[in-house]
Amino acid sequence: MFGKLDLSAIPLSQPIPLITSAVVILLALGVLVLITVKGWWPYLWRDWITSVDHKRIGVMYCLLGVLMLIRGFADAIMMRTQQAVAINAPGYLPPEHYNQIFTAHGTIMILFGAMPLVLGFMNFLVPLQLGVRDVAFPTFNSVGFWLTASGALLVNVSLFIGEFARTGWLPYPPLSETAYTPGVGVDYYLWAVQISGVGTLITGINIVTTVLKMRCRGMGYLRMPVFCWTALASSLLIVAVFPVLTATLAMLTLDRYLGFHYFTNTAGGNPMMFVNLVWAWGHPEVYILVLPAFGIFSEIFPTFSGKPLFGYRSMVAATLFICVVSLMVWLHHFFTMGAGAAVNTFFGISSSIIAVGTGVKIYNWIFTMYGGRVRFETPMLWSMGFIFTFIIGGLTGVLLAVPPADFLTHNSMFLVAHFHNVIVGGVVFAIFAGLEFWFPKVFGFRLHEGWGKTAFWLAFIGFWVTFAPLYILGLQGMTRRLQHINFDVWAPWLYVSVAGVGILVLGVIAQVTQLVVSIRNREKLRDVTGDPWDGRSLEWATPSPPPFFNFAVMPNVEGEEAYWGIKLRAVETQQLSPEPAYEPIEMPLNSPVGIYTAFSPRSSVSR
Amino acid sequence: MTNIELPASQEAIRRVREDPHRLGHRAHGADEPVEGAGHGATGPASKRILVGYGFWIFLLSDIVMFSCFFAAFAVQRDATAGGPTIGEIVDIPRVAFETAALLLSSYTCMLSFAAVNARNRLWTEIFLFITGLLGLVFVLLELQEFIELAMRGITPQRSGMLTSFFGLVGLHGLHVTLGGMWLATMMAQVLIKGFRREVVHRLICFNLFWHALDIVWIGIFTIVYLMGSGA
Ligand code: HEM
Ligand SMILES: [Cu+2]
Repeated sequence: MFGKLDLSAIPLSQPIPLITSAVVILLALGVLVLITVKGWWPYLWRDWITSVDHKRIGVMYCLLGVLMLIRGFADAIMMRTQQAVAINAPGYLPPEHYNQIFTAHGTIMILFGAMPLVLGFMNFLVPLQLGVRDVAFPTFNSVGFWLTASGALLVNVSLFIGEFARTGWLPYPPLSETAYTPGVGVDYYLWAVQISGVGTLITGINIVTTVLKMRCRGMGYLRMPVFCWTALASSLLIVAVFPVLTATLAMLTLDRYLGFHYFTNTAGGNPMMFVNLVWAWGHPEVYILVLPAFGIFSEIFPTFSGKPLFGYRSMVAATLFICVVSLMVWLHHFFTMGAGAAVNTFFGISSSIIAVGTGVKIYNWIFTMYGGRVRFETPMLWSMGFIFTFIIGGLTGVLLAVPPADFLTHNSMFLVAHFHNVIVGGVVFAIFAGLEFWFPKVFGFRLHEGWGKTAFWLAFIGFWVTFAPLYILGLQGMTRRLQHINFDVWAPWLYVSVAGVGILVLGVIAQVTQLVVSIRNREKLRDVTGDPWDGRSLEWATPSPPPFFNFAVMPNVEGEEAYWGIKLRAVETQQLSPEPAYEPIEMPLNSPVGIYTAFSPRSSVSR
Repeated sequence: MTNIELPASQEAIRRVREDPHRLGHRAHGADEPVEGAGHGATGPASKRILVGYGFWIFLLSDIVMFSCFFAAFAVQRDATAGGPTIGEIVDIPRVAFETAALLLSSYTCMLSFAAVNARNRLWTEIFLFITGLLGLVFVLLELQEFIELAMRGITPQRSGMLTSFFGLVGLHGLHVTLGGMWLATMMAQVLIKGFRREVVHRLICFNLFWHALDIVWIGIFTIVYLMGSGA
């Protein structure tokens, strides 16, 4: 029944994974017992697990994402401390464990942390902003979420049953072939990512159909909030490139399980093909993450500047431009792998051109603030921190996109600093900005200001103290993924970096404190108007939290910034719009299809 | 199938009542925007349009997946590792038969949908059955090809070229097989549930799927077999 699975798969001899697993299992059991004792199962089953409501699914996506961000952060702490103590010393993490950690960190952060959060935002917001009652395919939506969740579960199970891949978050062959990595680690990776990838594709199809075919009356394309545009662009990219990931991983699986020769270095296999295919997915993937992040900022800047977004149409154009061009730059991830001068030049130029679209957006956000009545609330702080951080990350990206320069910095700590600069500064800052901004809408009360601002400043400073040294280390020649270091010159910067992680830990604590304090004071922080920030798009026209049907009467939009228009008109005419005619509506029923699809017994994944 | 079918003309009247604007059958921008088609600013599209549209998007993603397998074949076509070349393994007469069966099945599939539109259960079932039969012929011929090759020691494990050959052709065969199972399910649903709204929606999706497989096959027939036979 268990195939080749036996007790040796449990890391009894390694204290760190063993203790972690014990704690995680105990915590999980504790939660389950609590739910049982309190009798919350029927509520959870009815209102969450089988729910097909896009808002509930969005919240569950975000919850999953936040949990995984914390898990990935634990990995990060271990890596930074290991590098700080393993200078001319073995450190506390043996190489095979260290390699699993950096692989798990990348996989979890991108695919199970950032992706669910981004998909969660899209799920929650798109129907509300478009003035409709749900996404196009509510039941599929639930299937997509639960597939992602089961993929995440699989990655975490590998912590205490078997092992995770040691290949890096993109498992390059021939290392990832059975000849060089016979264990179950890569198999865990393949199944987890494959399953969650299908879930992501389902959500992508759902959002594309929703945005293109399900807008309320009057909501023409050029009246959609920019977040919907970016959700559309991001979902189009999902539809275009996640099948590439599926195909690539399927090929690697065939190599590993049936002895095929797609990527082997014998019998006519072609490892470079994997690198090409995986980056044809991988580069657009970073834009799948960052485009909705841009969308979040495009909602926040106008709201807190009290002005419409500057250059709405150029924003839309830039979004679509980035969407298309991001498909044509993948080779910049392997300039060093022998493509030749002409090909490298093409991809160097196309990569730099992407920065033009991004630049347009940055100027638009800055001009939105210019002359506005700017309120420095927590979401706005994250957004302004983003502008500063992301510009630096974009600039180092353009530097890396110059092939001769990339030959020096490729796979160095400089590269690591670059992508953290854009992903943390762009995507993660957007996620926190968005969580602060829409929290009152989702849960009906605001988050505590003081703790929010504290968390921002700790994260912002912590980020720079952690990652600025990595640029210097990269220029000093330090390569990525080192388990121990035999070169004293690097030591000071590694110490600075680990100190930065300390500040980031404080930031996380502040963030959690903010949540606890806010829940305690929820009566005082209650949002009774449904419009706590003086918002501009339709989600603020609903009560907080919105009813499951979103809008009792479907809105009829008469201009850009739908809700702002309604408010202006009310102020001008000094009266509310006439009472609408209420009619019975049709809503989808709950469905357990999603959870059954994702968790029904399937054959053992370990071989 | 004992229920009395409405005469075709009456059927057409009913359809006009159900689908007055012939949603999805109009060109963009020909007239005023069509209500319920989800164009422009006229409000959400009808369920029928949503289902078809979403499934189209899915098919596009499926075609992207095939394109990766095509790309792998293009890259590895000459990576024979001293084994047989593509020219030595293709058997054009058999593939011509396969192609004929599949293309014909697309035609009968379309006829089945015409029967669906006329709400005629008997003809729907008959044409679906023929479609499935032709699909079965296709799959069996492909299986025969694979088995014969394997008996000559020509397997995916032999070389990169064979890996990508079996991968691409096999992936398509797998799609046809799954499509056949879906087809059988739809026949049962038509039999038991009749032409309920959701059954018709599923039939729309099935039709799109089956035709898409045909398009992919034409690519395989041309690029793998015809161009391969000359190599
Ligand atoms: C201005 C636009 C950007 C340019 C020109 C750019 C350029 C590059 C280049 C050339 C590399 C490869 C360097 C090497 O491997 O030697 C790279 C790596 C990377 N970039 Fe960017 N980038 C840009 C924006 C972004 C954004 C917005 C994100 C994410 C949201 C991102 C995420 C990454 C990641 C994750 C990697 C490395 C992955 C790995 O090797 O594991 N980049 N970038
Ligand atoms: Cu890239």
